[in-house]
Amino acid sequence: MSRKLLITVSVFVLIAIFAAACGTSDGGTEGTAAGYGEIVNRIKERDSVVCGSRTDLAGFGELDANGRNVGFDIDLCRALAAALLGDPEKVEFVALSAADRGPALQTGEVDVLSRNATWTTTRDAQWGNFTSVWYYDGQGFMVPVDSGITDIEQLDGATVCVTSGTTTETNLADAFRQRGLELTAVTFEDTATVYSTYEEGRCDATTSDKSQLFAVRGGFANPDDHVILDITISKEPLTPAVPSGDDQWFDIVKSVIFGLINAEELGVTQANVEQMKSSDVIKIKRLLGSEGEWGQADLGLPADAVAKAVAAVGNYGEIYERHLGSGGLNLPRGVNELWTNGGLIYAPDQK
Amino acid sequence: MAPEKSPANAIQAGSQIPLWRDERVLRIFAQIVSAIVVIGLLLLAVINFLNAAEQRGLSLDFGFLGEAAGFPIGESDIPYDPSRSFLYAFIVGVLNTLKVSIVGIFFATILGTLVGIARLSTNWLVSRMALVYTEFHRNIPLLVLLLIWFSFFITGLPDVEGSIVLPGPIYLNQRGIQLTWPRLTPQGAPFVISILLAIIMAILAWVYLRRYQERTGRSTYFAFVSLGLLIIIPIIGFILSKGQPLQADVPVLDGFNFVGGYDLSPEFAALLVGLVTYTAAFIAEVVRAGIQAVDRGQLEAARAIGLNYSQLLSLVIIPQALRVIIPPLISQYLNLTKNSSLAVFIGYPELFFMGKTTINQAGRAVQVIILIMAVYLSISLLTSFILNIYNRRIQIVER
Repeated sequence: MSRKLLITVSVFVLIAIFAAACGTSDGGTEGTAAGYGEIVNRIKERDSVVCGSRTDLAGFGELDANGRNVGFDIDLCRALAAALLGDPEKVEFVALSAADRGPALQTGEVDVLSRNATWTTTRDAQWGNFTSVWYYDGQGFMVPVDSGITDIEQLDGATVCVTSGTTTETNLADAFRQRGLELTAVTFEDTATVYSTYEEGRCDATTSDKSQLFAVRGGFANPDDHVILDITISKEPLTPAVPSGDDQWFDIVKSVIFGLINAEELGVTQANVEQMKSSDVIKIKRLLGSEGEWGQADLGLPADAVAKAVAAVGNYGEIYERHLGSGGLNLPRGVNELWTNGGLIYAPDQK
Repeated sequence: MAPEKSPANAIQAGSQIPLWRDERVLRIFAQIVSAIVVIGLLLLAVINFLNAAEQRGLSLDFGFLGEAAGFPIGESDIPYDPSRSFLYAFIVGVLNTLKVSIVGIFFATILGTLVGIARLSTNWLVSRMALVYTEFHRNIPLLVLLLIWFSFFITGLPDVEGSIVLPGPIYLNQRGIQLTWPRLTPQGAPFVISILLAIIMAILAWVYLRRYQERTGRSTYFAFVSLGLLIIIPIIGFILSKGQPLQADVPVLDGFNFVGGYDLSPEFAALLVGLVTYTAAFIAEVVRAGIQAVDRGQLEAARAIGLNYSQLLSLVIIPQALRVIIPPLISQYLNLTKNSSLAVFIGYPELFFMGKTTINQAGRAVQVIILIMAVYLSISLLTSFILNIYNRRIQIVER
């Protein structure tokens, strides 16, 4: 009898395990590669945008004193929620490490990845679709001031701390190999560990996007002891990305980015957006949805989507000022100026 | 079931038992049904997985392993540069895992045995200290220990210029531990051969003489003979290689870092110390349990027949304790190996870390995870296979 009992019990246990396993994968089909409009419908049904973000990089994505997600990348997610759902608070933030963000996008775990990810063709092919450049960056090096290093050639034989699973990591290897320099890389998955380890002196230098180095240095115990070298070894167009499949959602994210940029170009700000709705300038009225169309209806957006986004977070320039400019890191705008001011920030007209 | 089996029933039913009441048939039927259920569920799981992978556009092609990895690796015992393939980078990770596991198992066994014996000590202070050690390490998560050791090796040690110098010389600093390392000279070959020869001869002498002693009862001093062989043959080899078989590769500070010698990174050191101290606590308990499992009567009997203390230990206590110790010890060894994957948090480039980096750089999560699981499974199976052979040898031979 006891053996029979044993067999019965084990069969039931096995069934339970498999049922659980199948159950999980069934639950996961939510993240199936989407067809046209599927992600948009999912967002509307859920009534929130799931935004892959970070909480550990000052200026771009961090938590404020009240535990609220704030930052340059975070505000884009809020703008998307405001445009599509009418409320900038309808965002669910998922903190992702550099190594986890690709799979999170591939499996559709997040609706949008706004986490200073560099747009590369390989990632575009594998991860999902990169929308439109949100910040033009380049990779640089930070070294202690007293090391006297000013040039990459002087880093021969150096130990460099770097985040694993990033373009930074491969750029570093390429830059050293190209010049025939010896490199010892110390890699960590967690960005915070990379910089604390560098600060403790484990590495002679650390490398990342310059904006990131700038942000991190500000958090050091003695920021003035470290210098960001005047060399740029790569182009790092930091770009929000969406999962493959849903072109409607892809277009919505691009339109909102364009809307925020165009708002700055046309002088529409968080403060004046309501008055601007009745402006004399046709371009402004069309952008804000009070006259004519720029494709909102086809994309399933309310007519005043851009107006709502700007009312929620401000235009591109205001977002920059708040987090990266005088309100935050004090990073000069440089190439991230509007094209009309000699920068690279340029958006197609909304018409 | 009993009634059906009883002869009385069988006689009543005649030789024709209906199939649905024939226990033999029912048994086979039950086997088939459960086999179908299990295989069916397995198939379901596999099909489900393949479907999900296809829907999400995850390719299951392993061809990417041949592409250039492109990322740097901090430490590798085989020559590595970023132009090598993903597969090669993965192998570097596997070797790093094996390195920390083998060294870790070696030291954890020694430390664990010492602590385990210390716990049984009649000296109150020694046994209490061993108790505190085991309880501390058994009740703190390994990851916490690793992070503590990591910050110790990074912040607790001086910078490169102010290295602590130990005899050797061995340099200790926050860049790791730089050991003076013996390297073979061109005429060093006879020495290496002589060492190998000495080991083989010593084992042969040990086995043969010990059997002889067991057969005839005449003491052959097999331990001394083996030890003698181990010492004398290498000395001959040393003379043959003109007294200079090895030369010291001394680490020298050059620019940013030490060059030469053998370099142990702080990440490796932290992982090794963390794994060893943690696993040793569990091994200590295993050893203690094993020794305590030997019946007191055995000890008394051994004394009664006049065995001295070392004979008592080597002939009575240890052989019986090992029977209890080996099986749980195997799983501690496996735990240590698998726990090394926590190195991902402290930046030691072992197999799991390399796998995660590959996932990100190559964007092939499913294949890499399969590869990682396959390698851990192989390492575990191999370890338990070897130790199970040993285990079988020391089990009681029923006569």
